[in-house]
Amino acid sequence: MIRKLVRFLDRRTGTAPLLRKTLRYLFPDHWSFLLGEVALYSFVILVATGIYLTLFYENSTATVVYHGPYVPLQGQEMTQAYRSVLDISTTVKAGLLIRQTHHWAADIFIAAIVLHLIRIFFTGAYRKPRELTYWIGLTILLVSLLEGYLGYSLADDLLSGMGLAIGYGVAVSIPFFGANLAALIWDGPFPGKHDFFSRMYVAHVFLIPALIGALLVLHLALVALRHHTQFRETRRQTERKVVGIPTFPGQTPRSLGLFFAVAGVLFLLGGLVQINPIWLWGPYHTYISTNGAQPDWYLGWLIGALRLVPGFDLTIGHYTLVANPFWGGAALPSLVFIFLYLWPWLERRFGGDSAYHNLLDRPRDAPMRTAIGMTTLTWVFLPFVAGSSDRIYVTFGLPYIPQIWAFRVLAVVAPPLAGLIAFWVCRELQAGERVERRRKRAEEEAELA
Amino acid sequence: MRRLLVTGLLALALPAAAAAAGDQQLGYRLFGQYCVACHGVAGSGIAPARVIGTGPQRVPRQQLGLAPSLQGVGALAADFYLRTGYMPLQHVGLQPRRKPVIFDEPQLEGLIAYVASLGRGPKVPKPHPERGSLSEGMQLFTDHCAGCHQVVGEGGYVTGALPPPLKDATSTQIAEAIRIGPYVMPRFSTKALSPSQVNSIVRYVRYAKSPDDRGGWAIGHVGPIPEGLVAWFLGMTALVACCIAIGRRFRRG
Amino acid sequence: MGRARDALVAGLLLLARKRKRRLWPGQRERIVPPASRNPGSELLATLLLLAAAGCAVAFIVVYVLDRLPAHTQLLGLSLGLACLFVAAALIVTAKRLIVTEELEDDYPAEEHVDEQETVLQLVADSGFSRRRFFKLALGAAGGALALAVLTPIASLGPAIDLARFYATPWRRGRRLVDEHGRPYRASDVEEDTLYTAFAEGSDKEQLGSSLVLVRLPKDRLKLPAGNSGYAADGIVAYSKICTHAGCAISLYRAPLFQPDEPTPALVCPCHYSTFDPASGGRVTFGPAGRKLPMLPLTIAPNGELRAAGNFDSAVGPSWWGVRTKRPTS
Repeated sequence: MIRKLVRFLDRRTGTAPLLRKTLRYLFPDHWSFLLGEVALYSFVILVATGIYLTLFYENSTATVVYHGPYVPLQGQEMTQAYRSVLDISTTVKAGLLIRQTHHWAADIFIAAIVLHLIRIFFTGAYRKPRELTYWIGLTILLVSLLEGYLGYSLADDLLSGMGLAIGYGVAVSIPFFGANLAALIWDGPFPGKHDFFSRMYVAHVFLIPALIGALLVLHLALVALRHHTQFRETRRQTERKVVGIPTFPGQTPRSLGLFFAVAGVLFLLGGLVQINPIWLWGPYHTYISTNGAQPDWYLGWLIGALRLVPGFDLTIGHYTLVANPFWGGAALPSLVFIFLYLWPWLERRFGGDSAYHNLLDRPRDAPMRTAIGMTTLTWVFLPFVAGSSDRIYVTFGLPYIPQIWAFRVLAVVAPPLAGLIAFWVCRELQAGERVERRRKRAEEEAELA
Repeated sequence: MRRLLVTGLLALALPAAAAAAGDQQLGYRLFGQYCVACHGVAGSGIAPARVIGTGPQRVPRQQLGLAPSLQGVGALAADFYLRTGYMPLQHVGLQPRRKPVIFDEPQLEGLIAYVASLGRGPKVPKPHPERGSLSEGMQLFTDHCAGCHQVVGEGGYVTGALPPPLKDATSTQIAEAIRIGPYVMPRFSTKALSPSQVNSIVRYVRYAKSPDDRGGWAIGHVGPIPEGLVAWFLGMTALVACCIAIGRRFRRG
Repeated sequence: MGRARDALVAGLLLLARKRKRRLWPGQRERIVPPASRNPGSELLATLLLLAAAGCAVAFIVVYVLDRLPAHTQLLGLSLGLACLFVAAALIVTAKRLIVTEELEDDYPAEEHVDEQETVLQLVADSGFSRRRFFKLALGAAGGALALAVLTPIASLGPAIDLARFYATPWRRGRRLVDEHGRPYRASDVEEDTLYTAFAEGSDKEQLGSSLVLVRLPKDRLKLPAGNSGYAADGIVAYSKICTHAGCAISLYRAPLFQPDEPTPALVCPCHYSTFDPASGGRVTFGPAGRKLPMLPLTIAPNGELRAAGNFDSAVGPSWWGVRTKRPTS
């Protein structure tokens, strides 16, 4: 049977050598090398559940009056878009399971990418010859943030609308041409015309997923072309020799197992933990709002930054050079991503290391990189926590205004401090290892003598 | 446990409160003990002008008891502030918060009757949530209340104050709060929200205490913050554990 | 010590390889070394797979059976567990049943200098690179064509003409109506509470339409010179859209007893920008960089509230030109 299949394939495509090579391609083995796979499998689940949802979603902002089974919303005016998501959550069998799984998968997808990025950064995996892989990965993260935001917005519930309003506020705040850009996207000022929802829809269900898919293929192809990096744990692992488990039989059940684990966790979350209960939020109108509205976690750092920036618009005469939301909503993420894109070059330029690397560093092996990484991470993490400052007040009773001031001070003080501490810890660990090595050598010499 | 007990007591106490046939003498004594320092003799109030007389803005906040007159607030306000534990307040300037009630039922009734006797004022309202409409209630709540109390009544923040969660509020207390506007809450007269509209709001708030959580574990009805915590601390933790089970950790040595 | 052990292991491995060389006639050399038999794990993996099958069937049953309480939860539980059982079976297979080879391979070469040279020579030999004028023309054609193809993007929206950003439905005499279209009378508006109003006959969703309406004691109003006369009998009207990021201002901080409590304020729940309604919408806290636009009011002879003109400044979140023009009707 299998023989027939292989023979058929080879005779038609001539790919038996490629197949043999693929089956014996080596995967260096370490748990942290699997984080990217978690993201990949979440993406597979996202596409599958997303396709199902498009079969029910109605992309229309025409107003309807709700007469469905959910009593508290009966008689309310809402858009068809919101009504269809309400129906998916109430009347479509298994619809809510799929919707919630889709939303959890989005949260996990980006969480896995972020962990993967942290692993790549702190082990120096982005160094020559893998900068392209790294840049493509960063682009996937950037595009995924937008993709998640659009998905959150399409439901057209109260939180969606408030999120879109803030997105619009950030867009128009861009110096010089922000309003022109927003006018292009929304077809005029917020809330825009019907076209705007069509644009979000086609971007969310087709353009961006296709882009992410294409970037993923490139990302994986580049990984395979250059082989995976490895830690130096034994003498066999060198800059020239990769040691790992072959695709078949070793890696196949491992990767498939991980795929099913991801699917299992996502379906369990989707069935058991309620996410974005849009029927409780109600429909959006520009003139209503709710307390405690938040974006999904991966945009939390932006809402935090929006709250931390003191209240001022930068003006020149009558012109508003920089409107306030620009700092937190556009400048901060741009800065962070520009830094991440430039980092391999910065390290080569100022670190003086332009060699080829197939072996990974441990974080302690490169104290400067670890310090800079910790600084950046702290700098992103603080506004992220500040994004929930109001709920921190409600839940733990820490007053809001002192919190905001504390976060403002911390945002300046804590990142360099975190970097210094990381640097010091790395140095100490290195010193500890040197002592250990010396002790071992001395013991060996003593044994010989 | 204590909260449960208090809610239980409140539930028992409600019909009696409506009757408002408390012992005014007892109320008078308790008023002298707990309330007079801020609210003044016979609840006439202590306004800043009377304390210093140089304009309201200059009065140091916690200098002396400063509190509004209670003449004419009626049984409605007394019932609300005493049965929620909002009053007595530890010191002036604090936001009144829900606390265990320090009075027993006869004392409460006495105090309420006494405050009601200080001037002509509204009686304790009797909301009928069963006559209200849930959908009208949700709409009115979204329009008038969600900005502060959050759309599912989970409470929130407004600069300088904490609009409380509404999980512990009884029907009567909801109706009372709408009319009083305690602390910095807006006040809604019968013209702004009719009694039947209040019935609908009360019905929605009661519904929102345990709404339709068809999605599973509700994680607080406040959206993305608890969702993010679950995504990281349940989802990602489980998946990292899977990675560690499948992949290898560092070899020592 | 360690070296001796390595040598011993290597020797044993060599011996083992030698052993394997002795093949039965017709049998081929193994690529993958044989795994040790592990009946316990085999049984475990089989059981896990059966459990997965059971859960998957349960999913179908739950799906078909309607009217189950907690339908979504049972669906998620059965499908999730089915996947997790498969995952567990595969992990047992990977770790216990199949042999885990640790093989070596070469990393690909850093570069292929000869191939690079060949490519460069190809380009050079073709003669394209030497014709400078041709290259310029090629660049011009490419650039112009790219621009031409991108031009239709301008149809997406009024990118140049931003007049609509300043437009509001308000003009002198326009009535203030509530959500159901009923006109507001001045006597309807009470102190210590807030009202949402719209321009009569306008699209309520338009940012320039919605108002927040409050009444303050007349002696508390401290309107700046530019806004004097904007209040009508103590009633003031502001745009309901926050000037920071465009959320609706649905919070009114209305102190019950002024001396002890925070002053009246309009607050946006997104980032807690706080505005003072008594002083023309000045920002008192939060990230907003611009005061709340204020609408002048008058009271018609029949007691209805009407606009006495347009807002004093443009509505919505700030952009480059927000301070350059007054809003238009």
